[in-house]
Amino acid sequence: MAELNTGGKAQPKVDLTAMVDLAFLLITFFMLTTSLSKPHAMDVNMPDKDKENKDDNLDVADNRTLTLVLGKNNKLAWYHGLLDNPIDGPTVTGYGKEGIRPVLLEKLKQVQQSTGKGLIVVIRPSEVSTYRNLVDILDEMKIVNATQYMIGDIGSADTELLKRDGIY
Amino acid sequence: MPKIKVKRAAPSIDMTAMCDVSFILLSFFISTATARQPEALPVDTPASTVQIKVPDTNLGTITVGDGGKAFFGISDPNVRERFLERISEKFGVGFTAEEKKRFSLMDNFGVPVANLKQIIDMNSAERTRPGLQKGIPTDSVGNNPSELSVLIKEARYAYKESKDEEMRVAIKGDANEQYPAIKKIIDILQDQKLNKFSLITNLRGENY
Repeated sequence: MAELNTGGKAQPKVDLTAMVDLAFLLITFFMLTTSLSKPHAMDVNMPDKDKENKDDNLDVADNRTLTLVLGKNNKLAWYHGLLDNPIDGPTVTGYGKEGIRPVLLEKLKQVQQSTGKGLIVVIRPSEVSTYRNLVDILDEMKIVNATQYMIGDIGSADTELLKRDGIY
Repeated sequence: MPKIKVKRAAPSIDMTAMCDVSFILLSFFISTATARQPEALPVDTPASTVQIKVPDTNLGTITVGDGGKAFFGISDPNVRERFLERISEKFGVGFTAEEKKRFSLMDNFGVPVANLKQIIDMNSAERTRPGLQKGIPTDSVGNNPSELSVLIKEARYAYKESKDEEMRVAIKGDANEQYPAIKKIIDILQDQKLNKFSLITNLRGENY
C-alpha cells in the first residue's frame, strides 16, 4: 500500500484555550445557581400554653431571674430581679460579644455562686424589636450555655422602661 | 549601539492540565448541584451559630416576610396531594386531578384558599412574580381559627395519614420582620399545642 511519508510524526497540537474558557464559564454558572449553604434550623421549645388555668404560674426566686427587654435599633435593656426593685440594672446595651454576652456570663456565675441554682433568663421582645433580635438573643443563650430561658410577653412596665431609655 | 534582538514569539502554554482541572471542578459542581428554586417570597434569614441542618423531609415551613405576609408549604411532594384533598374537603373547594398534580410540584403558596385555584393554574414564572401572592390570612375570625392555623393542622393530618409520621414545623422569617408578625405565627402554633419548632437561620461567621 502506498503510504504518505510526511517526514516524521508531528504531535498534533490542539489549542485548548477556548475549551478552558468554556469550562470555567460553566463552573461559574453552576456555582451561582447552586444553593451552597443549606439553611440551619434552630430548635425552640415554648412552654405549654394552658388556656384553662391561666394563673397557674410557677413562682421563681427574684434573685435568679435576669430579664432582657428587646427594644428598637438593635438595643436591649436588662435587669436582674424585679423591675421595681432591681438587684442590678436596668441597663441598656447591644447584642453580641461586646454587648450582652459579658453580662450574661457574669450573671450566670454570680447567681450560681449566691443561690447554688442556675440563672433563669426571661426574654421579652417588644413590638418594635425585629425577628433578627429574637434569633440573636436565642443564639446568645446557646453561646453562653444558659439552659433555662423563656420567651415571655412584654408588659406595660417594661414598655415604660424602654420608652424612658429611648429605645421604643 | 547594537540592539539586542528580542525574539517575539507568541508564548504557547500547554492548556491540557488546566482543562482537566476545570472539567473535574465542573463535573463536581454538576453532580452536587441542587438547583435553586425561584421563591415566591424571598426572605433574608437572620444568622446564628447553630450548626444543625434543616431536615429535608417531614417539614412544614411557614415563611414570613414582606411586612407580615405568611406563606406555607410542605416538603414532600407525595404528601402534598393528600394535603390538597384535605384542604378541598375542609373549605369546600374542588380540585381536579390535574390541579392536584400541579399542586404537588409547588413548594409553597401564599394566598387564601379561595384563590388557590388561580395560583395552581399559573405557570411557575407567573406564580413567583413579586407581590402577586398576598399571604395566607393569619387572623382568626370570630371563634373560627385563622386559615393558616387550619392549613397547618390539615398538613399535620396529611402527614399522619400518608406517612404515619409527625410533621415538624419551621418558621422561616425575614430578619427585618417586626416581632409581632412572628409572634402571631408562634401563637398559632402554640394554640395547636405545637410547642417545639425550628427557626431557619443562616450560618454566622466564626468571630461573633
